[in-house]
Amino acid sequence: MADKILQIRNLQVTFDTPFGQVFAVRGVDLDVEAGELLGVVGESGSGKSVTFLAAMGLLSSRARVSGSVVLAGEELIGKSSRQLRSVRGRLMSMIFQDPLSALNPVHRVGKQIGEMLQAHQNLTNKQAAARAVELLDIVGIPQPDQRSSQYPHEFSGGMRQRVVIAIAIANNPKLLIADEPTTALDVTVQAQILEVIKRVQQQFGTAVVLITHDLGVIARVADIVDVMYAGRNVEQGSIESLYDHPSHPYTRGLLASIPQPGKGRLTPIRGFPPNMMDPPSGCAFRTRCDFADSTCEIEIPELRAFSDLQTACLRAQLLPSFRKTQ
Amino acid sequence: MSDELLRVTNLVKNFEVRRTKNSGAKKRTVQAVANVSFSIERGQTLGLVGESGSGKTTLGRCVLRLIEPTSGQVEFDGHDLGSMKFEELRALRRKMQIVFQDPFASLDPKMTVGASIAEPLIVQGVPGDHNDKIFDLLELVGLSVDHASRFPHEFSGGQRQRIGIARALALNPALIILDEPVSALDVSIQAGILNLFEDLQKKLGISYLFIAHDLSVVRHVADRIAVMYLGKIVEIGDQETVFENPTHPYTKALLSAVPLTDPKAERARTRVILEGEVPSPINPPSGCRFRTRCWKAQDICAQQEPVLELRAMGQMSACHFPES
Ligand SMILES: Nc1ncnc2c1ncn2[C@@H]1O[C@H](COP(=O)(O)OP(=O)(O)OP(=O)(O)O)[C@@H](O)[C@H]1O
Ligand SMILES: Nc1ncnc2c1ncn2[C@@H]1O[C@H](COP(=O)(O)OP(=O)(O)OP(=O)(O)O)[C@@H](O)[C@H]1O
Ligand code: SF4
Ligand SMILES: [Mg+2]
Ligand SMILES: [Mg+2]
Repeated sequence: MADKILQIRNLQVTFDTPFGQVFAVRGVDLDVEAGELLGVVGESGSGKSVTFLAAMGLLSSRARVSGSVVLAGEELIGKSSRQLRSVRGRLMSMIFQDPLSALNPVHRVGKQIGEMLQAHQNLTNKQAAARAVELLDIVGIPQPDQRSSQYPHEFSGGMRQRVVIAIAIANNPKLLIADEPTTALDVTVQAQILEVIKRVQQQFGTAVVLITHDLGVIARVADIVDVMYAGRNVEQGSIESLYDHPSHPYTRGLLASIPQPGKGRLTPIRGFPPNMMDPPSGCAFRTRCDFADSTCEIEIPELRAFSDLQTACLRAQLLPSFRKTQ
Repeated sequence: MSDELLRVTNLVKNFEVRRTKNSGAKKRTVQAVANVSFSIERGQTLGLVGESGSGKTTLGRCVLRLIEPTSGQVEFDGHDLGSMKFEELRALRRKMQIVFQDPFASLDPKMTVGASIAEPLIVQGVPGDHNDKIFDLLELVGLSVDHASRFPHEFSGGQRQRIGIARALALNPALIILDEPVSALDVSIQAGILNLFEDLQKKLGISYLFIAHDLSVVRHVADRIAVMYLGKIVEIGDQETVFENPTHPYTKALLSAVPLTDPKAERARTRVILEGEVPSPINPPSGCRFRTRCWKAQDICAQQEPVLELRAMGQMSACHFPES
């Protein structure tokens, strides 16, 4: 499709460590359409960050990456680090949980935004400085012309994350990847930052990938959701469908564990997440799944259309219908 | 007759902090807990919510007297902790335990799980080899007897939190302070721990002071809720009342900031988006501490500090212009 911004196919990432190989990402397939907000959820260690770090070409040489990542028609896997640098910031940008690590403590924030602009556009210093102030205004920083000449330590946590967003969107990229951008912030500040991200998506048509462990955050801002488990996507679909009739036993388990108003006793998922040095054969969720049978040990389930979702479960058609415990 | 277990009255905790800037090393005071009062009944859970730095942990530590309050009173089971002698305090302290957020940091990596669980018994001078007690406790928290001889690194986060809970239960406490006990866990694991708290309360009649920033978790576990802002309780009352009919503007904003899991409900509601961030506790705003972010603030809010007052639905809140 023409308006596909990001297409990931069979992405695999393996880390070589002194203790053995870590199979962090094991065949991820994923599409992001222009202007859409994709939410990625999954447990700690399920491969959310590594998937997108690999897509951005930001992993160290200890990581072995294979598969295909096509951004706006260009294959990124196999590109040199120099070529990737020209893509980053121009076509796609990534922001993280800790805004301080993304900012240079000894440079004024206006200058840092200006540098990002001048790395990809022909602008005079004066033009870049003026545009930096505009960008600070766009992300909702009051008195942007004064704030532009301040240093990162003069900003609060939420304001720093706004600055980082301003840098990320400086060159109007087609894709913004936000990895837990609000996890370190207070909820009232989280609400502000989510507004900013949503506004960027709507005003500039930027596609956004929002990685989070909070399904509520997804419910607030995402159009499409991708659920990850043990280095693979297990379910994809619209947020409404996924909440209303999840098919994958892991997605169901996730919803059953979340406290919600009026809900009685919670239903945890039994067991615990697998060790990614030695993930279970077949469907990695089978060790915690109430519906697993012997075929689940053998075959790795691929995403398949199931009702209006894409579900990677061998037994999806056989599962009882999902009833929300109200 | 009231079934009150804990009563905290006018509790204040100030920290002196040194300014390192410039030559004049001026001392400044952080009012971490500013005149807080509340009580907890036997077998009940008080949920304590509020943003980072609002004073939740400090309050919990003052209750246990892990730190000395600057002023105010803590009564536990009818005894005023402030006027107790060291030995008496030590004996009473067995009845109050704490479980922390980080199950990884709170266990000694070189001690077996069994030894970790028995440690409070040994410290308190309880005689015996404690093996039966350790096995009972392991079963009580959903672990198995053969876990006793293993080391913390062999356990997952959720299991380690269970070990921490077993340890806290060793001395049969009447009150456990839970300071963000599930914040480090994945939701699928968190659910099991929350169920465990519920079961233990039913079985043993324990009271909890449950500190968390996740409001849906607090709503799930608490009977009553106290909302803190910059060292003060701004609203306190029954869980249902506070969540359904918040009367303090901050409570309202906080609730509306928390996203709901149900996308239809989440998108249908109107949200209050607060401006700015929490100001420094070193020089808190005069009058109502929330006024710098409050959309209802008038002149009086800067001049006069609002006190907790009873509202129509039964909760107390501290605001000159409460929501109704
Ligand atoms: N540099 C690395 N070297 C070795 N293993 C790694 C490295 N980075 C990540 N991993 C492993 O890869 C797996 C996936 O990690 P990843 O960071 O993508 O998880 P995540 O889903 O983002 O989790 P979280 O929610 O905790 O951020 C984990 O098992 C992790 O331990
Ligand atoms: N030992 C200390 N010395 C100086 N200031 C302190 C000390 N302990 C806490 N504070 C300050 O007291 C205030 C309250 O801190 P506290 O840790 O109680 O907050 P909290 O509500 O538990 O926050 P969080 O949600 O981040 O855990 C903060 O401003 C904090 O910086
Ligand atoms: S007292 Fe005034 S400033 Fe404080 S919450 Fe009420 S209206 Fe807002
Ligand atoms: Mg991550
Ligand atoms: Mg705390």
